[in-house]
Amino acid sequence: MVASMAHIGRRAALARLSGITVAALAAGTLAGCDKLGQVMGKQEGFRGIDITGADYGKGFSLHDANGQLRTLADFRGKVVQLYFGFTQCPDVCPTALTRAAEVKRLLGKDGDRFQVVFITVDPERDTPELLREYMAAFDPGFVALRPTPEELKQTAAEFKVYYKAVPTGSSYTMDHSAQSYLFDPQGRLRLVLRHEQTAQDYAHDVQMLLKQS
Amino acid sequence: MKRNLLALAAFTLTAAAAHAQVTITEPWVRGTVAAQKATGAFMTIKADEDVRLVSGTSPVAGVVEIHEMAMDNNVMRMRQLKDGLPIAKGAQAELKPGGYHVMLMALKQPLAAGEQVPLTLTFEGPDKKTFTREVKAPVRALGAAPTGGMGGGMPMQHKH
Repeated sequence: MVASMAHIGRRAALARLSGITVAALAAGTLAGCDKLGQVMGKQEGFRGIDITGADYGKGFSLHDANGQLRTLADFRGKVVQLYFGFTQCPDVCPTALTRAAEVKRLLGKDGDRFQVVFITVDPERDTPELLREYMAAFDPGFVALRPTPEELKQTAAEFKVYYKAVPTGSSYTMDHSAQSYLFDPQGRLRLVLRHEQTAQDYAHDVQMLLKQS
Repeated sequence: MKRNLLALAAFTLTAAAAHAQVTITEPWVRGTVAAQKATGAFMTIKADEDVRLVSGTSPVAGVVEIHEMAMDNNVMRMRQLKDGLPIAKGAQAELKPGGYHVMLMALKQPLAAGEQVPLTLTFEGPDKKTFTREVKAPVRALGAAPTGGMGGGMPMQHKH
């Protein structure tokens, strides 16, 4: 919440700045033109947090719901959104996947260069069959990965993702990190976006990563 | 004997009238795929007395619990509300993605879009007496775009 307030504050400040710069430009100064370019550039910055060059999140090597071993190299040329979740999740996971499907729609024909990868933090209950059906409910192109418990531990550590089984009544639920990672088309980890951000925010950043490549 | 019965009937009527007016609007259940064993039900609840949503049952689920979901530093945590969900007199409790939900677990069947899920919700009034309300919640497709925006964008509102 604090982060989001800071975010809004920064955007408002930028909006004010650009207003001043526009006034300067109207006054006919070349310096104003330069400033406008700079400010517009900033305003068009990523909406997620830029983590380019992070020393974690280098990649994964896990089996998908069809038993095929997948790594980031399989998705070269596409922006990859990586999300950790589980299918018995009534709230954040379907919200995140519905948003991801919406992002793909917002991207139009660039949607073909956007790949959603879902790693289950509940491989015990998330059988390959369930993962296949679940992904298809959002988009048939979404890929679900099903690590072994040991692989999950390693991959979650690699991505600084938290997960924990919590008993509830006769069953259990999973607490888990709900941020999304975006990789550029060269397979480099670039951005982290929060669950609270909109489909427009996600689509904006995916588009920027596609344009940069 | 007859007088006793009459007295009992009168008492029952009074007890019935004493229950809070609970209004449940826009209930819905998130659809599931075949092997999925859990999902959530969402709705808006209003009451004219301080009440507490304490439990529920449904023919489609082996277990029904009242849950709260909260985001804590990017981590999603879901917890059963052991004492139920308090709904203040005149206030509106919104059970929606990003906040509270009625968790349906040990599902007995997949829930397809358009189906109606019967739910029996148990409330506790200010007098600690419990009463139930029936609701039929339509199923929305699992991958369907949510109505009224993307769930996440707004800060959670806990209206107690």
